[in-house]
Amino acid sequence: MARIERIAARACVVRGDDIDTDRIIPARFMKGVTFEGLGEHAFEDDRAQAKGDHPFDKAQHRGAAILVVGRNFGCGSSREHAPQALMRAGFRAFVGGSFAEIFFGNCTSLGLPCVTLAAPDLAKLMDAVEIDPGHEVVVDLLAQTVTSRAGVMRLQMPDGARKTLVEGTWNATAVLLEAGDAIEATARRLPYVSAFSA
Amino acid sequence: MATSPAPKTLFDKVWDAHAVRVLPSGETQLFIGLHLIHEVTSPQAFAMLRDMGLRVRFPQRTFATVDHIIPTDSQARPFSDALAEAMMSELEKNCRANGIRFFDSASGHQGIVHVIGPELGLTQPGLTIACGDSHTSTHGAFGAVAFGIGTSQVRDVLATQCLAMTRPKVRRIEVGGKLAPGVYAKDVILEIIRRLGVKGGVGFAYEYAGPVLEAMTLEERMTVCNMSIEGGARCGYVNPDETTFAYLRGRELAPQGPAFDRAVAWWRGMASDPGAAYAERVALDGARIAPTVTFGINPGQSVAVDERIPTLQDVPDDERPGLEEALAYMELRPGQPIAGTPIDVAFIGSCTNGRISDLREAARVAKAGRVAAGVKALVVPGSQAVARQAEAEGLPEIFRAAGFDWREPGCSMCLAMNPDKLIGRQVCASSSNRNFKGRQGSPTGRTLLMSPVMVAAAAIRGRVVDAREIL
Repeated sequence: MARIERIAARACVVRGDDIDTDRIIPARFMKGVTFEGLGEHAFEDDRAQAKGDHPFDKAQHRGAAILVVGRNFGCGSSREHAPQALMRAGFRAFVGGSFAEIFFGNCTSLGLPCVTLAAPDLAKLMDAVEIDPGHEVVVDLLAQTVTSRAGVMRLQMPDGARKTLVEGTWNATAVLLEAGDAIEATARRLPYVSAFSA
Repeated sequence: MATSPAPKTLFDKVWDAHAVRVLPSGETQLFIGLHLIHEVTSPQAFAMLRDMGLRVRFPQRTFATVDHIIPTDSQARPFSDALAEAMMSELEKNCRANGIRFFDSASGHQGIVHVIGPELGLTQPGLTIACGDSHTSTHGAFGAVAFGIGTSQVRDVLATQCLAMTRPKVRRIEVGGKLAPGVYAKDVILEIIRRLGVKGGVGFAYEYAGPVLEAMTLEERMTVCNMSIEGGARCGYVNPDETTFAYLRGRELAPQGPAFDRAVAWWRGMASDPGAAYAERVALDGARIAPTVTFGINPGQSVAVDERIPTLQDVPDDERPGLEEALAYMELRPGQPIAGTPIDVAFIGSCTNGRISDLREAARVAKAGRVAAGVKALVVPGSQAVARQAEAEGLPEIFRAAGFDWREPGCSMCLAMNPDKLIGRQVCASSSNRNFKGRQGSPTGRTLLMSPVMVAAAAIRGRVVDAREIL
């Protein structure tokens, strides 16, 4: 598994709080048994309503791989289709005010860091990216900073998730399997597993 | 002399009992007692499992049903939507190949995953429960620690029966007093979310307590816990009590006979101890809660039915852009009363409010009138068992006589993955859980969340109305 330590790329800003996963990927695109093809439908309804004015449709953001968002991004449905769609649209990191927990966990499982900035820093970063969409933004999980034209900012990220990314253990299945028989031993201690047999 | 252990919350007891080990990252490897799957978020997980050459580790601890994509008019196979049929076939194949019990329509137990787990007796106190659906918090009504997960985590549970998790803090929410007549569990949770905000619960598990919760039935507690996630809390629970044990006694997959008594003893011991410490405590007066209706595009944007929609001056600076966006989308004016808002569609159902008690209450309103001209109204039972019970009580006849459609069980118009969808700019009075933009299937459709009784009343009057005027 790759170690996710540093993402250096152009960024794109989607403003607004409480952007839910239904908006990120409308449910009608979840009909299917794979995640293929989701990238082109990210924010489809918001984009249609913005009539070309959505950040995803602006030429200057083409190729952006860091998405800068507001507070409670990814709230609502647990659908992993949301980070899958954004990943398939080219995004490799998220910088925001805060993230909904299930979305955050889904991103971490895919090797996509979600980092937060203090409100004044986030406002400066959003402005800097909108003024100069062509410049490189660096999300550094080792130094725990976000660097842009707006300066070097301290990022926040729960330590457990940060460690799994920088150590390359974000695909949890392999790590969980290492517990071996301790899983069965835990199950045996739980009376309901044996249906409360005497 | 043994010293008595420090008092603990239910959350901490369940977490500690299920901790397999501390992972190198500092997260906990948590054993999952019950895993529920459905057709939307599981097929990719099974594919990942096959790619990794792994088997399902505890197939007897995973149960499946079909709910999101199933049509509610005709459930005959093959489904008319080829994509829905493909998802159904994939789930059947995966369950067969891995020895997982599948509650399909032929079983007589099909329904919304968060309705059938409890009614079968699978959902029990003291368990950890996971499902690839954010409304898994519903199961917390029994005193379980239950949370929604994504597809990669469904893979983790299939492969290891475990999840890597960070322990949240616990916030105790006490609802005191007694609810007024015509005020329901739905109003309680909408009021909690209105007070604490849609992001207030991030990083927390919610423990709901106090006289109002103690007086609630399990079905009502499920409605409250169901919408924990709308308040940002991945998990919410109520401590198990005699009401919980009475609900579980005799359920098909609950412990039976002497095992049931042993179970009750263990369940009782998992409840939060008096004197347990909480990261935070919040108190609400239940007597002051009114029938509540959302006016915006997230479940925290609500008012009492006799209140006016807030103006930009009524909210803190940082909420103004969200309020402006909501009012523009909903085409509602600041300061306008919510009562009187015209509706086009009325939907009674979902994992929030698709249980028998919800349908009984809505039927009381349906008896008192007819669906208004131009309104499309549908009632969708949460499961086949709910439908059978409703039929035994004559509820479908009451609804049909009043002009409501009576449908087959499924998620229906909650989420737009089946033929039940809004069209264009329609406004829907809905007993479901989300009023997000486009949630009900039309990218520009509009949703007003409320209790089933309020939905039935809106259907009859053709506009938002205080149901207490009808009952």
